[in-house]
Amino acid sequence: MGANVFMFYLFSATILFFALLAVTSRRILRAAVFLLFALVATSGLYFLLQYQFLAGVQLALYAGGIVVLIIFSILLTHHISHKFERPPVMKLFSGLLVAAIGAAVTVFSIADYPFKASAALPIDTDMRVIGLQLMGTGKNGYALPFEVISILLLAAMIGAIVIAKKKN
Amino acid sequence: MIYGIPITHFLIVSTLMFFIGIYGFLTRRNLITMLMSIELILNSVNINFVVFNRYLYPDQLQGHFFALFIIAIAAAEASVAIALIINIYRRYTSIEVDNVNELKH
Repeated sequence: MGANVFMFYLFSATILFFALLAVTSRRILRAAVFLLFALVATSGLYFLLQYQFLAGVQLALYAGGIVVLIIFSILLTHHISHKFERPPVMKLFSGLLVAAIGAAVTVFSIADYPFKASAALPIDTDMRVIGLQLMGTGKNGYALPFEVISILLLAAMIGAIVIAKKKN
Repeated sequence: MIYGIPITHFLIVSTLMFFIGIYGFLTRRNLITMLMSIELILNSVNINFVVFNRYLYPDQLQGHFFALFIIAIAAAEASVAIALIINIYRRYTSIEVDNVNELKH
C-alpha cells in the first residue's frame, strides 16, 4: 500500500467522521469546529489529486472564510455554553431513513457504472495555465463566468450589508 | 485506476458526505446548523467535480473551474444567509425555525 493510498483513506475517514460529528453534535460551536476539520481534510484530497491551487482556495475561502463567518454569527446569536435539546426520535428516524435510502441507491448506481479512465496526457495545473484559462476568451476560456461571479460577489456583499444594517 | 485509488472510492466518500449533509439538514432545527449542512453538501459536490476532472478528462480543467466557481458562490451564499440570520435574531431573539413562522413585515 503506497503512501498516497494510505493518505486517501486517512483523509476520507477524517472527512466522514467529522462531518458526522458536525451534524450530530449538540454544542453548536463544536459543530462549527468539526465542520472546519472536515473542510480541511477535503483540501487534503485536492492536494492528493494534484490540484494545488484549488486546495489553497479551499483552505483560504472555506476553512479561513466561511467557517470564521459561521463562528462569528454563532457568537452573535448564542451563548457559548448553549446546548441543543435532543430532537424528537421520529424526526431523527425519518431523516436517517431518507439519508440511508438515498446513499444506498447512489452507491449502488456508482458501483454499477463502468467508469473508463482517460488515457489522455494530464495537463499541467500550475498557476500560469490556470490564470490563462481563467482570463481567456477563446476555447477553454472562462472570462465570462469570472466576470459574472465578480458581479455576484459585489451584489452579495452589498445585499448582506443592507440586510444586516440596523434600521433607525 | 490512477494513483492506486479507484474512482469509485472517491465517489463513495463524496456520496456519504452528501447524505450526511442531507441528514443534518432534515434533523437540525437551527438556522446556522442547517447552513453548515448546506456547506457540507456543496463541498461533497465539489469533490465529485474535481475527481471526474482528474480521472476522466485530465487534459482539460472544466471540473476544476466549476469547483472554483462553486466555492465562490458558496461564500456569497453564506454571507447573505448570515446577514439574514442576524436580522431574524434581532426580530425574534431566536433562530430556531419553529419560532420563525411568519413572513409578515
